[in-house]
Amino acid sequence: MKKKVLTVDDSRTIRNMLLVTLNNAGFETIQAEDGIEGLEVLEDANPDVIVTDINMPRLDGFGFIEGVRKNEKFRAIPILVLTTESDAEKKNRARQAGATGWIVKPFDPTKLIDAIERVTA
Amino acid sequence: MTLLAKNLTNGERELIAFRIGDQEFCVNVMSVREIRGWAPATPMPHAPQYVLGVINLRGAVLPIIDLSARLGMKPAEPTVRHVIIVTQVRNRVVGLLVEAVSDILTIKDEDIQPTPDMTSEFERTFARGILAIEGRMICLIELEAVFPHIESEAA
Amino acid sequence: MDMNEIKEIFFQECEEQLAELESGLLRLNDGDRDPETVNAVFRAVHSIKGGAGAFGLDDLVSFAHVFETTLDCVRSNKLEPNQDVLKVMLKSADVLADLTNVARDGGSVDQARSAQLIRELEALAKGEAPPAAAPVAAAPKAAPVAAAPAPVVSDDGFVPVAFSFDDFGDDDVSADLPAYDVVFKPKSELYTKGNEATLLLRDLSRLGEMSIHCNMDSLPPLDQMDPEAAYFSWKVSIKTDKGEDAVRSVFEFAEWDCDLEVAALESGDVAEATGDDLPMQPVPFDLSALDDELDAPLGVVEEEEQIAAVQEAVAAAEAASNVVQMAASASRGAASDKGAAAAAAQNNAQQASAAAPTIRVDLDRVDRLINLVGELVINQAMLSQSVIENDSNGVSSINMGLEELQQLTREIQDSVMAIRAQPVKPVFQRMARTVREIADITGKSVRLVTEGENTEVDKTVIDKLAEPLTHMIRNAVDHGLEMPEKRIAAGKNAEGTVKLTAKHRSGRIVIELSDDGAGINREKVRQKAIDNDLIAADANLSDEEIDNLIFHAGFSTADKVSDLSGRGVGMDVVKRSIQALGGRINISSKPGHGSVFTMSLPLTLAVLDGMVVTVAGQTLVVPLTAIVETLQPDAAAIHSFGATQRLISIRNSFCPLVDVGRILNFRATQANPVEGVALLVESEGGGQRALMVDAIQGQRQVVIKSLEANYTHVPGIAAATILGDGRVALILDVDAVVSASRGQSLHTETSLAAAG
Repeated sequence: MKKKVLTVDDSRTIRNMLLVTLNNAGFETIQAEDGIEGLEVLEDANPDVIVTDINMPRLDGFGFIEGVRKNEKFRAIPILVLTTESDAEKKNRARQAGATGWIVKPFDPTKLIDAIERVTA
Repeated sequence: MTLLAKNLTNGERELIAFRIGDQEFCVNVMSVREIRGWAPATPMPHAPQYVLGVINLRGAVLPIIDLSARLGMKPAEPTVRHVIIVTQVRNRVVGLLVEAVSDILTIKDEDIQPTPDMTSEFERTFARGILAIEGRMICLIELEAVFPHIESEAA
Repeated sequence: MDMNEIKEIFFQECEEQLAELESGLLRLNDGDRDPETVNAVFRAVHSIKGGAGAFGLDDLVSFAHVFETTLDCVRSNKLEPNQDVLKVMLKSADVLADLTNVARDGGSVDQARSAQLIRELEALAKGEAPPAAAPVAAAPKAAPVAAAPAPVVSDDGFVPVAFSFDDFGDDDVSADLPAYDVVFKPKSELYTKGNEATLLLRDLSRLGEMSIHCNMDSLPPLDQMDPEAAYFSWKVSIKTDKGEDAVRSVFEFAEWDCDLEVAALESGDVAEATGDDLPMQPVPFDLSALDDELDAPLGVVEEEEQIAAVQEAVAAAEAASNVVQMAASASRGAASDKGAAAAAAQNNAQQASAAAPTIRVDLDRVDRLINLVGELVINQAMLSQSVIENDSNGVSSINMGLEELQQLTREIQDSVMAIRAQPVKPVFQRMARTVREIADITGKSVRLVTEGENTEVDKTVIDKLAEPLTHMIRNAVDHGLEMPEKRIAAGKNAEGTVKLTAKHRSGRIVIELSDDGAGINREKVRQKAIDNDLIAADANLSDEEIDNLIFHAGFSTADKVSDLSGRGVGMDVVKRSIQALGGRINISSKPGHGSVFTMSLPLTLAVLDGMVVTVAGQTLVVPLTAIVETLQPDAAAIHSFGATQRLISIRNSFCPLVDVGRILNFRATQANPVEGVALLVESEGGGQRALMVDAIQGQRQVVIKSLEANYTHVPGIAAATILGDGRVALILDVDAVVSASRGQSLHTETSLAAAG
């Protein structure tokens, strides 16, 4: 069965890149535009892994990750954060919030797939 | 001639044949969107004589060409028995007024004979080949050449 | 979807982000200190940078990066966004827009300008921010922050499933490869963050041959076991040629949540520093040392090797999973302090989510729908017409049904047009930049105030609005506003104000542009008009008439042609392009107090209010906006003038007659004016002409159809439409017809816009 990835990113550009990359790699992809939508679709999407941005309107990546971890069903789901190299502080905040790992921007398909494979069985 | 060479690479194809006066012509069925009865066209100022005007085709403004006049023959006197062949080349749709649709032909590329080596304007501009079907001679029309002003608008 | 399409999406998104950026900066400039405004501004730049990075647009990335860094200082309250700071930022936003355009369309940017702004941005980031706050300095501080929540999380974890690597024997390892001893002891946090010891070990095993031992010494008796704590640790011996970095990078995601020791065995016990910049080498790589004391018992690494009975571990794990539910309820309580922050975020989010949901639709689809609804309107009109013609009684249930159908069709048309309606905001925002640039060049201090920027108008109008508006804004700043010292001398604020407002009024959009400058110098305008032979030296003109002289062709009050109002374009061109949109423009001015330009435009270019007329048996539509009045000429009012010209006298002035049927070549001889109707029209340059038509059929709104789509541009004809009888009628290009009547060729470029 295909693995399901939930991606949360407010940038249409990045969303499309994630979609193309993940579909090409044989994943099923569900997309949300921000943290609020991510939490809304979480139950129905029932993903195997989550990839999320940090800077988003309405609810940012930190809030989103905390929200996911509060959900009984998803408190141990692997969550990867899209971040930039200089964001050491953000990386840590994301970890505090419960992120599993991170993917350093600029967006690179190989890095993304590698990271997902590292955190999923 | 380049177009003929290109078309010849495909195997069979369908053509729509129609009559103007005592002559028969045909165009590739792929370029034909529909065939409809004659309706009066709104004349266009400063249009060439062969442009009869424009009609409403489900909301699009469609120029109507008197193919007879376009091919250098006698201008048509449209009646209710005339038909309009709605054709499309690239993004443009144009109606061709002809007397009647006579046939739908399935032919092989090798059935198309090159036009005889004549130097008239007509041959060079509009004809792309000749078909001999059951003793009739049918001239294959190059649609793009028939369309008005398409050269300047093509870009 | 391929990369090119995504790139196109990226540029579309950039436009939106740039608009967001500018409006946010302008709000900050107005004193808005809402953190969400700063966040939105930051996000816009961040997003552009992210996408640009993915496409390797390095210039864009590096500028966005500097910009972002400075914005981050504002976001973290290290830099006060005062007017000076915002001035730099607004200019930076302009440069960012330029860089985006260059990335999309090619060309080049003003390198000096962007280099200068980079320096200014960097100075702002450095100058105001304490050294410790610089982004680079943030990394070392991070470790203790990360460890802080340890006490609450420790009973929040998952029990690892025991993992056996029995297949990897000790004895058959290749002797040549460097060997490493890895001691890996996960903390419970590792599991709460979704990492799995098994997956990490799996990744490690891919590096080379390894032997593995699971240490279960700290596993308590079942009744004392915390199901979510971490009790196991692993000791792994691995032989790999990939190096220590590769070994460590396997644990990249986990390094904060485990005790990890990696020791190279090659040269005895001494672990060598392998380029890793961590200062702790060669002591064990144990970041938990920074942790809270409470965590210490778990931090003890069991060195002693013990062969674990795998079955036993599995049994323990199974037992553990049965009690997970109990522990879960406890963890909920523990998470409550984190919950407070999340609740605040939720709160924010709920406010934001009150905004109406939207969807993004391809414009082609909307255009097609609008076309189809146009058809529906025409079809409905045709149906009504034929029912009326066939039903002499007039009253029937069919008629009532038709009326309802008409009502419905109109409503559908209005709703569909509303889909393509867009706020004028993006155009207004572009004007902000125009004002900044001209203010800079002229050395004037200008403040742009906008109102009603959410007023909606059809996209077809919006697209054509920017150009005349830009020109008017340039004009207002360049000619309207005085220099600061002059303003101060006049008792005004040194900073001039240009105000741009939009509102709906009786089915049209009204855009007003006002300035608080000197107003129109009527004496100067009058003199100029006399010099240019526009008016007679003794002409008696009202103030309003003098003001409107500036719309005459070739009129310019600037003493020398300034490069701003530039390209030799005068207000006459503005007036013409507004008229081409079916609009009208007026000016009113108060000396010493400034001028107000008022434009009134149709809400859409898809439909047009027209007068349906008959000319030589053909039906034509004349745009209503062009018509001043209609009159029935008396034989006495018609005067021949020269060989072919005829004039009509209207209230003691003479106006040339234009025979539309002749000009369009619909008839060979001149029509008799007395048998027809004259339409008095105002055309370019403000001159009036009387268009002769045979009869007026009535007024109606028509749907504009393009002739060019399938045919070509026809001189004298602006577009086509379809009337109630289903036939095509042509829409007259009044300007072109009037020009032709002056003997100019009809084949010159005509300006009446044809949308659709």
